[in-house]
Amino acid sequence: MQVQSMFFKRNASMKLDDPALQKNMKTMKFVDARARAVLDVDCWQEIRTHAAALRDRTIANLDAYLVEFERNATRRGAVVHWAETAEEACRIITDIAKKNDVRKVTKSKSMVSEEINLNEHLEAAGVQVVETDLGEYILQLAHEPPSHIVAPAVHKSKEDVADLFVAAHHRPRTTIIPEMTREAREALREHFLTADMGISGSNFVIAETGTTLTVTNEGNADLVTTVPRIHCVITGVEKVIPTFEDFATLIRLLPRSATGQSVANYLTLTTGIKGPGENEGPEQMHIVLVDAGRTKFVGSEMQEMLRCIRCGACMNHCPVYQNIGGHAYGWVYPGPMGSVLTPVYVGIENAGDLPNASTFCGECQVACPVKIPLPDLMRKLREQQYDNALRPWSERFGIRAWSYAVQRPRLYRTLSAIAVRVAGWFGRRDKLIHWMPGLDGWTRGRDMPAPQGKTFREMYAGRRDGGRR
Amino acid sequence: MKVGLFVTCLVDLSRPSIGFAALRLLEANGCEVVVPEAQTCCGQPGYNSGAREISKSIARKVLAEFRDCDYIVAPSGSCSGQVKVHYVEDLFHGEPEEPEFRALAAKWYELSDFLVNVLKVSAVPGRFEGQVTYHDSCSGLRELGVKRQPRELLEKAGATLAEMPEAEKCCGFGGTFSIKLGDISTRMAANKCASIHQSGAKVIAGGDLGCLLNIEGRLRREGDMETRVLHYAEIIAGEG
Repeated sequence: MQVQSMFFKRNASMKLDDPALQKNMKTMKFVDARARAVLDVDCWQEIRTHAAALRDRTIANLDAYLVEFERNATRRGAVVHWAETAEEACRIITDIAKKNDVRKVTKSKSMVSEEINLNEHLEAAGVQVVETDLGEYILQLAHEPPSHIVAPAVHKSKEDVADLFVAAHHRPRTTIIPEMTREAREALREHFLTADMGISGSNFVIAETGTTLTVTNEGNADLVTTVPRIHCVITGVEKVIPTFEDFATLIRLLPRSATGQSVANYLTLTTGIKGPGENEGPEQMHIVLVDAGRTKFVGSEMQEMLRCIRCGACMNHCPVYQNIGGHAYGWVYPGPMGSVLTPVYVGIENAGDLPNASTFCGECQVACPVKIPLPDLMRKLREQQYDNALRPWSERFGIRAWSYAVQRPRLYRTLSAIAVRVAGWFGRRDKLIHWMPGLDGWTRGRDMPAPQGKTFREMYAGRRDGGRR
Repeated sequence: MKVGLFVTCLVDLSRPSIGFAALRLLEANGCEVVVPEAQTCCGQPGYNSGAREISKSIARKVLAEFRDCDYIVAPSGSCSGQVKVHYVEDLFHGEPEEPEFRALAAKWYELSDFLVNVLKVSAVPGRFEGQVTYHDSCSGLRELGVKRQPRELLEKAGATLAEMPEAEKCCGFGGTFSIKLGDISTRMAANKCASIHQSGAKVIAGGDLGCLLNIEGRLRREGDMETRVLHYAEIIAGEG
């Protein structure tokens, strides 16, 4: 996906003025569903704490667990590939396709493949790619990127989808959802049966068994991973977990945090290729482990970000995301997790507004199943911006002038007394400031209640001296 | 009991009446209140803008001004969160000064928390008849657990609470966010105003002036000149 994050401010304002998007965003019910699902679990907070520690432990020994995973996956007949960059990952998969004369690929959902523009690369090599997750399928028809990591087409209404289906399926238009899903299933069935290669993402890869694991609600990953003669898994290097036991912990958190389900409809576990005498499973299994920026977090002050299990709870709970949707963020990962990941993956100079697109209300951190301190990480990025002069000159000057004054009480007393009088003058008519220099961002949509006339310190000094006299 | 009043920079500049309400509430309960003259700001605007070193030197200034007090009280959850959480967990974490900042944090309270949990007040000077809806400010709520305390005090003043939907959702202020990303901030404020109107109350109270300015500014821009926007301290001190 091409990076558009440098246009965040403009795009966010456009999304605020997009009535269709605003209406569709209000249909999201994940927050309430999660709140209910969490109540099912006796010791939710303890599981979060345990999961955060388990992810930290894994990331601290990432190299060892990855090598263990490679060893066990290889033992079961899979081939593990290492891709340091997005280009390398695309090249590896395209080469596998070419070498095996692959003409059609079915895909289950993979955000990593969105990161690296895999579909475009495969199509350029003459391979037909079919997305089989319903949301991704809809977006493929619409030629749009996902706007949410779990519910990629959340920005679309069923009417939008009905129009896309008419154009693609040439059947009578319907907006009855069960009929629409049946139509999509029928269209996808043939692709499932005729694909030469299946590409799946992976929620976790398990070191002790060499297993890759995909969580879905539609079962499409079952068909993608078992029917074609070749199965290719693409996932980030940070997705490794040590044991099946650890998976048992994390799967208690993942669907509840993501969609509010106590358990997802399908867990697809794949370990190795079709064995001798077995009827099902692929003849070849390739696992592409992608770095593409992830190891920049290792050993940095932002390493906690690698705990992320991609549930989407942070964006579901983010009042900024709720109002602008995912596309405004301009890259694959929206919401608070994107505001941390995108600047590190694509360069902070290309995504400078993202770490600033938060009020630090803290809802994301409270909802995060692995306790990632997202506001703190966004603040770390703001520190990098400040230290490297990457924010507008006026902002830096403002902070410096303000900090100079607040550390000099006598100067501050004088300046603040002047400031309240100037502000009072702008609000003299009705005690509201409708406009004042430097306050455009505020007054475009709000008035500023005028100050009461004098500063507290002036009035307090006056009262104290008055009392003495 | 010597209690330092941290006025907060916003109250100093924009609404001194909140500072005097806090002063009155503390004095009415027998506190010897000191208001250090050199105090300015807790440093949060710089801290959240990435100016880490600057915010550390401002924190040292706050420490020097208030270290002799038995308690320090602020009519703000946001500034209190800065001192109680961010000074100790982040800025001075693992540094030689950490114990001093931990000591400061331990005796620092958000005003309603102090009145309810330290002074355990049984009555408040203010009287208020009618419905109030309460907006939970983010830092006070999520960093300090301020939720029940201001409501309890408002009820002691005679107010009836009319809860709004999504009282815990951010109003969109977010300090410099309100100017840097003004359009998004405005939309969040507009959503908050809709919730306030749904409550049916004609008074909205909160514990952080930043949120109150944001909410009032949006209400007025929408043409609502009637709904009163007050700090809970003003109501319970009888200065509303």
